Formats: sequence, C-alpha cells, structure tokens
Amino acid sequence: MTETPLLEIKNLHKNFGKFQALKGVSLTVPNGRLTALIGPNGAGKTTFYNVVSGRYKPSSGHVYFCGEDVSGTATHKLVGMGLLRSFQITNIFPDLTVLENVLTPVIIHNGKSFSMLRSLKRRSDFKEQAEKILDMVGLAPFSNKVASTLAYGDKRLIEIAIVLARKPKLILLDEPTAGMNPEETDRIINLIKELAAKSGATFFITEHDMKVVFSIAERIFVLNQGTPLAEGTPDEIRSNQAVREAYLGGSLDAKGV
Amino acid sequence: MVGLFSKNFFVGFLVLILMALAPFFVTTHWVIILTEIIIMSLFAMSFNLLFGYTGLLSFGQAGFFGVGAYVSALTLTHLSSSFWVCLPVGIVGAMLFALVIGWFCVRLDEIYFAILTLGFGMMLFTLAHNWLSVTGGSDGLTIASMPVLSIFGHKIELFNPKFFYWVSLTVVSLGIIFLRQIVKSPFGLLLTATRENSQRVSFVGQNVRTVRLVAFTIAGSLAGMAGVLFALFNRIASPEMLHWSFSGKAVLMTILGGSSVFLGPAVGTAVFFVLEHFITSYTTNWMIFLGAILVILVLAFPQGVLGTLATFFSKLNGGRNSD
Repeated sequence: MTETPLLEIKNLHKNFGKFQALKGVSLTVPNGRLTALIGPNGAGKTTFYNVVSGRYKPSSGHVYFCGEDVSGTATHKLVGMGLLRSFQITNIFPDLTVLENVLTPVIIHNGKSFSMLRSLKRRSDFKEQAEKILDMVGLAPFSNKVASTLAYGDKRLIEIAIVLARKPKLILLDEPTAGMNPEETDRIINLIKELAAKSGATFFITEHDMKVVFSIAERIFVLNQGTPLAEGTPDEIRSNQAVREAYLGGSLDAKGV
Repeated sequence: MVGLFSKNFFVGFLVLILMALAPFFVTTHWVIILTEIIIMSLFAMSFNLLFGYTGLLSFGQAGFFGVGAYVSALTLTHLSSSFWVCLPVGIVGAMLFALVIGWFCVRLDEIYFAILTLGFGMMLFTLAHNWLSVTGGSDGLTIASMPVLSIFGHKIELFNPKFFYWVSLTVVSLGIIFLRQIVKSPFGLLLTATRENSQRVSFVGQNVRTVRLVAFTIAGSLAGMAGVLFALFNRIASPEMLHWSFSGKAVLMTILGGSSVFLGPAVGTAVFFVLEHFITSYTTNWMIFLGAILVILVLAFPQGVLGTLATFFSKLNGGRNSD
C-alpha cells in the first residue's frame, strides 16, 4: 500500500502571453520531509510557487494536494486544506503588533473571522495560542512591538509564525534567507530544521544559497527554464553532470559545496 | 491596555452624559445644530469603518444614507406611523442595498473600488431624482407627520426639538457602541489586517471579499440608520441626500477629524458644522472662508484634529497611540 503523496504536480504549464514560464513540470513532494527546489534566476521557481499556492491559475496540468485535484483552487481554500506559503519579499502586517500579526491567522484558524460581539481581549485562548507560536520562533519578547519596527530577520520570522499559526501540512518557503546576514541565516536555518523535525509540517523551500540547500534538504528538485532538470538526494544532485553543466556551470566547487 | 480601555470608556460615558444634559443649557437653535452633528457623526463613522479600518475609500456612502431616508419616509406614508417600524425598516432597506451593491464593489479595491461605489451612488441618486411616482422626484418625499414613538406607554413628542435630540442621541449612541464593539472584536482585527495587507489575509485562509462585503453591509446599514434620523430631522427625504457630494462630506469630515482614531469622524463632523454655522452667519461667501479654514486645519493637523491630538498626547505619555 502506497501512501498518498502530500503534493503531486503533473505536467504543469504556465504561460504569460507567449512566454512559457513553466513547461511541463511534474514532481512529487513526499510527506514529512524537507525538500528544496533550486534553479537559476528565471528558472520559474516563484511562478511554480504562485501556481501551486493558488495565486495564479495553471495554463494546463494538475496540482494534487493530499490526493485531491486542487488546480486553480482559490488561495484561501488551499490554506484551509493546510497549504501555506511565505514570500520572497517579507509579507506581514507592518502596522500591527507582532502579537496581532499572529492573532489574525489564529482567529481564522479557529473559525472566528466574523465573531463581532465578543471583545478580542476576552479571548485569552486566542492570545495563548498566538504566544505559543511566538515562543516557538523566538519572538515572544517582541510580542507588543509594532511589526515594522523589528529588524529585518525578525520580520521574516514573523511571517513564519503567521504561517505556523494555521497549523499547516505543507509549508512553501520562497527564499527564506533572502537578504539576511550570515547570523540571521544560521538562525532561520536552524529554526526550519527544528520545525521540520517536530512541527509535523512538511517543508518545501526554494533557496539561492547552495550551501544552505545542500546542508538541510533531504531531497532536491532542480528547475531550469521552466522544465525539471533533475531530482535526487543532495549527493546525487551534487554529482549530476547535467546540473553541473547546465545550471551551475561547474561552479559547485567554487560555491564551496 | 486594559487600563486605557477603562479610561476611554469613562471618557466616553462622561461625554455622553454631557451631551444628554446639553439641551438644558443651550438654546433650541443649538439643540437643532447638535442634532444634525450627532446624526452626521454616525454617517461619517459608518464611512470610516470602511475607510479607516478596512482601507476602502467609498464615494457611495450617501447612497445608503439616502436609502434609509427614503425607505423610512415611504414606510411612514404607506405602512405604519410607528417609529419602531420606520427605523428598523429603513436600516434593513439600506442593509439590503449595501449587500447587493457591495457584492459587486468588493471585487476590486483601491481607486477601482472608489469608482464602483461612485457609479452605484450616482445610479441611486438618479433613481431617487427621476422615479417621480415613488420618490417624488426632485421635490423629495415630505414627511407630513412625525412618527409615533411610545416607550412603555409614554408618547414621546418627536416634533419637539429637545425630545428629537434625545432620541437621536440614543439611536446614534447605540450605533457607535455597536461600531466600537466591532472594532474591538476578532472581526475588527481582521478588518485592520485586510487594510494592512489583504494579500496576506487571503494567504492565511480568509476570503478577503467576504470580509469586505460584511464590512460594507454593516457600514451601509449604519449609514441607513443615520439616514432615517436625518429624514425625520428635516421632515423630508430628498435626492441631495444621495448625491455623491454628500458622500464627499463623509470623506471630508473623516479626514478633518482623523481616520485613525475611533471618534475622529465625529470630531471632524462637529468642527465642520460649527465652522459652517459661524461663517454663514457672517458672510454669504462662506464657502471661500470655510474652504480656507479647512485647508489650514488639514495642514496643521495632518492626521486629523483628533488623530493629531491623540498622537501628541500619547507622545507626551511616552506610549504608543493604541486607539
């Protein structure tokens, strides 16, 4: 008996006018792993995420989430099924406090979006849930600070906390370390490893930092010009001649991998 | 935070008591001006639920204000002479219009949303202006006799300005308390979150259109509530009440008072009407002077009169303006 894969993509195409951003991508993300998607700039990674997360409708092909065909399903419905994502450019609620940033998804998760007659202050259960998540990502001390006043790396952590508040099955992280200094990068990578190990969520990340990718991913997909180039374990990808030539141009060693 | 809430609550209660006692200390002339201010305050605050809290600029808010006015006038003429019928029927009428019109408008946001609301507002105005047999055309619908309001068997004389003021104050206060409750509820946080980053809201699993439609419908209903009172206050429902320039008044009063503070629009309304009253008593060219003063006020109080004061005092206290 084979387990239904968490995410299965079959022959996915996405065109913008005449430009083909995705030309027949098929891949399977298994449950409970940390999988990475890599590829040079313009390979179609972000477009791929945008189609999978429901931001764009696919031109053709199918996306299956937990065995269900969700191609072209609205974003908020996919989230309800357990598919969450972060963005390459930090996407939070800048003028709300850190706590309110996380309270928002907590309210939605509890199905209380339209609760109007009870004051939010009296919902200590919501506050507890939000604080627990802030604790997990290490933002508890900033709980009452306005989100926009935090350091860049902490803002990216807020986004992860927002995502976690929906108790996701699959988390797509689009370049989680983009723009971070080495210290912040280490912190977020350790956090992702820790969360992948104990939160029960599967992580599917894109990342430009090869060192990071090869150190944390259990499985890697390589995308090039909208088509899948290779897939395998880090070791397999490292020694894959097509990847080395077409994508990395033999510069893997130069990148210290 | 809790301390601040109780302080706000206390201040609000005090203001309400003072407002309730006002008719004993001012002339009837001022009672009438105060009545207009509180009714228009509710109208401006209903607009600000969309603008300040949800981040949607509506130029059609007068449409629902006008629907409330016309529906209550029609109810009084054809259905019932009771205040207890004409007020709820007016509110429900505005609510239904807001629900249907909102269904179209929330498909877009920013300037496109504003244009859609403007378009629907113009349609409602034309409907009121040209549908002679029902709305009385440009003459409007005159309210020949005030509705009967009896509370526990006591009849309240609504044509007495003082009694009408107290009734309006009660209705408006209930509307404002309702708004306050919404703003402080989980739904209120979702409205602010939608204003801040609607994309993020849908990427945490909430259909943004539904949030906006609910806000739009509530705002329209409360505008309709103000419209019922305004029609009774003027003894007429007239097409100007639905005109887009009337919607513009809500925008102006809200900006003037401050869209980021709960009571900002009410303060803006008071400033606007008091200024208008004083200036018109001196000159017939009042628009020039009113315009000039408004320009100065907006420049001096960039976050609105109440908004700028609130920021100033919270800086004095060294804290964040949390209200």
